[in-house]
Amino acid sequence: HITTSLPLPSERDHLRPRIDMIVFMIDIKSKYSLKNVEASLAHVDASFFLGKVCFLVTGVGRVNYCSVEMNAIWKLGEVYCSPVLFCELELEGIRVATAQRLLRMLQICAGHIPGVSALSFGTLMRRSAED
Amino acid sequence: MDETVAEYIRRTVLKIPRDEIKPMLQKWGFLSEVQLETVNFHQIKENISQDVVQLCEENSAGIKQAAVLDIIYNNIYPNKRIWSVYQMNKTGEETEFFDLTDFKKKFKRRLRSALKNVTINFREYEDNAIWIRIAWGTPYTKPNQYKTSYVVYHSQTPYVFISASVLRSNLPLLCQALVIASNYHDIHEMELRSHSLNSLKDIVFKRYSQNFKTYYPRPLPERNVAPETVDLRIIQENKNEKERIQRLNWQVFGDGPQPKIEFAQYKLETMFKSDPKMDVLDKKEPFRCLVKFSSPHLLESLKSLAPAGMADAPLSPLLTCIPQKARNYFKIREKKGLLPGSFVSP
Repeated sequence: HITTSLPLPSERDHLRPRIDMIVFMIDIKSKYSLKNVEASLAHVDASFFLGKVCFLVTGVGRVNYCSVEMNAIWKLGEVYCSPVLFCELELEGIRVATAQRLLRMLQICAGHIPGVSALSFGTLMRRSAED
Repeated sequence: MDETVAEYIRRTVLKIPRDEIKPMLQKWGFLSEVQLETVNFHQIKENISQDVVQLCEENSAGIKQAAVLDIIYNNIYPNKRIWSVYQMNKTGEETEFFDLTDFKKKFKRRLRSALKNVTINFREYEDNAIWIRIAWGTPYTKPNQYKTSYVVYHSQTPYVFISASVLRSNLPLLCQALVIASNYHDIHEMELRSHSLNSLKDIVFKRYSQNFKTYYPRPLPERNVAPETVDLRIIQENKNEKERIQRLNWQVFGDGPQPKIEFAQYKLETMFKSDPKMDVLDKKEPFRCLVKFSSPHLLESLKSLAPAGMADAPLSPLLTCIPQKARNYFKIREKKGLLPGSFVSP
């Protein structure tokens, strides 16, 4: 499901399946994008932040067009205890690789990988970021 | 042939893109087909221009012919200059028959009586447009062929498009001559400027696609949208919102291409409204500020703002009123009265 902001429109509530993972996409070229994500985070139930949320920062290929401070993004990841991924959507290779990563994370969050829970995977991801 | 004329023709030819030189010279009609055949139009432009000047020498070209070539060039490439729009008013209701010869005679007479050293040339085009080229001199110097103004007058309308170039001091004289020659009363400058002459014409003659105010919310018209490879597993949660934005956008901008303007300028003379505790300005003076929007194609970029998620729909009427109001330079003052606010002054 793709949406531009949270909360989700209520008229489709009955049609929605269970949500296993939320990926917040931040366009590094747009301050508005970061503000939007910060506003939407307030509408997410706390239980999601146990490994079922991830931040995806896009547009990192164009260094001169960065509008968002990296510190702000790291802080976001820390405060919400969720991993931060980076990608450049315009390059097919990176796009496909990122999609595969997200898919793998989704499988874990949905409980399809025996022996790995969303929470344990989340802590694994976090530790590597802090290093 | 005069040295200056030769140089002028040479420089004019150099401006033309190489593939267009032969067609333009043919349109000019000063050199015969036989003469044109002798020129190699595949060599470098420097040499082409020399050859052309040589041929013009044989035909004894004068400034008049050179000026006509210049008009033709500017008619085909008007977007190299900035055009302003002027509107003329007349008091009476009578629609007089437009006499072209009379117009030209009166125009030349008025200009020449004030300034002896001017070169004036006319050329008529099919869409009732009269192109006037004026090269300005001073009482003591010959007209400078490189300091030219162009006027495009559609005789069936009160609108004149002027590209004044550097010598703005001659503008009042030019306007006066136009008014007298066309039997109007007065002329004023509309706050509308752009590089694209055709777009200015579109705006003033209302030839662009306008929004039609409907009282019934219409469903989106059928469009020939190429079927995108829609993956049914992707669900757009905000489809309603997207459709609302599309509908609003369509209502404001219509379907067709927008006229091409490059700037919109808003001069604010409004009071600074701040938190009284901040006390930014001691004096109660209007806060002067200039806001300028620029883009290679301003109206198209405004049209794509809301669908791209960069602005809320509907857009501010200050931006969307540009084609209807036929202006892109605005002065915004305080609304006088009980309610503080701002309004757009004429």
